Amino acid sequence: MVSIKLTITSQMQKIADEQEKKIAPLTDDLNLLESGLDSLCFAILVARLEDELGCDPFTASDDIQYPVTLGEFIRFYENAPK
Amino acid sequence: MLPSDVRSLRGILGKTSHRENNFLAGRATSIALADLVRGSSFRDRLSIFSGQSVLIATHDQLAAALALIELDGVVRQLTLCPPDLPHEYLPSVIANAGIDAIVCDRDPTERGSLGIRRHFMCTTAIKPMADCRLDRCPTEWVLLTSGTTGLPKMVSHSLGSLTAAINTSKIGEKPAVWGTFYDVRRYGGLQVLFRAILGGGSFVLSSVEESLSQYLGRLSTHRATHVLGTPSHWRRALMSPSAREIAPQYVRLSGEIVDQAILDSLRAFYPHARIGHAFASTEAGVAFEVDDGFEGFPASFVGRITGDVILKIDEGSLWVRSPGTAKGYVGREALVLADEKGFVDTGDIVERRGDRYYFLGRRGGIINVGGLKVHPEEVEAVINRHPAVRMSSVRSRRNPITGSIVVADVVLKVEPDTSNAPASTVELKEQILQVCRGALAQHKIPVAIRFVADLDVGATGKLTRHA
Repeated sequence: MVSIKLTITSQMQKIADEQEKKIAPLTDDLNLLESGLDSLCFAILVARLEDELGCDPFTASDDIQYPVTLGEFIRFYENAPK
Repeated sequence: MLPSDVRSLRGILGKTSHRENNFLAGRATSIALADLVRGSSFRDRLSIFSGQSVLIATHDQLAAALALIELDGVVRQLTLCPPDLPHEYLPSVIANAGIDAIVCDRDPTERGSLGIRRHFMCTTAIKPMADCRLDRCPTEWVLLTSGTTGLPKMVSHSLGSLTAAINTSKIGEKPAVWGTFYDVRRYGGLQVLFRAILGGGSFVLSSVEESLSQYLGRLSTHRATHVLGTPSHWRRALMSPSAREIAPQYVRLSGEIVDQAILDSLRAFYPHARIGHAFASTEAGVAFEVDDGFEGFPASFVGRITGDVILKIDEGSLWVRSPGTAKGYVGREALVLADEKGFVDTGDIVERRGDRYYFLGRRGGIINVGGLKVHPEEVEAVINRHPAVRMSSVRSRRNPITGSIVVADVVLKVEPDTSNAPASTVELKEQILQVCRGALAQHKIPVAIRFVADLDVGATGKLTRHA
């Protein structure tokens, strides 16, 4: 089974290619705002992850702490209720 | 336009030439229009309707068409109940129009009395009537609008405003046989009935009891020459093998945005037909017709006066003033139909590119992607350019980052190759997205494309859009 981390990073890469964005190296401590992806890219990412992983942690909980780094973003999905 | 000395549909029938062979055809029966000049299905009961406010609430379209021909010029007010009106709205419609009597073709008690004492069963059997006066008093026509949720608006017209756009001099020597996917109880279908009557032609009406293919079969049997529908109607018709059976001289589209793909498909399908599209609404009336084979309309139409029709663009929306414009709303007089100069705001957003205006979509139908606007229709028009696509429906999907994103449901002309389905599906989606990327801003490109067998087209022939 493909890991959640790999699903997320490969989708980010794919979206960056589609949207012709230059993406920063996808390390855990990468600040999402500095990743090179804009809010439309993140909207697409969240929608595709919902389709692939069957969850949207942003809407699943009323009280969320928005992830700041890529590592937090990945854990956000890993810990999301399915 | 109505002849100056005529005040009712019967009056027109009494004057129209070629009428001997002209008919209204339903699924089960046909009516010779000539019989209506000296006969009636209501006969003695016709006088009871004099000066009354009458609701036509039949199941069958032919029964409705016959009743409204007979009652125009007799009753004070004629309200047409569309077939898909939810039952719970009927009491409001009755109250707003001050209905005295209901004309129906089924057991009148099935709906309850609705507080109306007079229910009349109508039939399609016409019997001779000795004293068949043709013109009596002008009747007010009340049509219900389509497309929005909630209680439909009730729009007041006269026979004059409803027939304002019909130019009988343009109707050919040979009597036309009209067909339409529209319902005769709505503005679009009523236009077809009036074109048939004013132009001395015939009309083949569709029926809820038959499929689209069966209706196309009947159009073929009656050799229909003029066939009208929405782009959605036509996209579905072209999916039917029976579409090959008809050979219309004139194909016309209206009621939704007409894109280049459907015009080109119809051109290829019916190479000998004249293919045109028109802009009309229940409130504004028929504003213009476009016959040059292209989507949108020439910019020269705006500000120009054609047969008393004037168009203007205000804040992106198309406004229309014409003799075909409705008089007002019934029962909700406070609602303003037209501005003080008589212009109706259609709520259809247009954009000028070069020397043409193009329709983008409805003002109320905008998808908001992180503050950027997307008209679903504009994205659909681009998707429909792909040669494998028959029709598409673009909608909003909730998104925690931008509020909404754009997704698309697509119907293909041919099912993807089943032996190689996953690969060909992925390939096709990628091709469609390529078309979108070449024509649309990033936020308008669908985030997901789903292939579906069919799309929901409502009773009005328009794609069903969900808020």
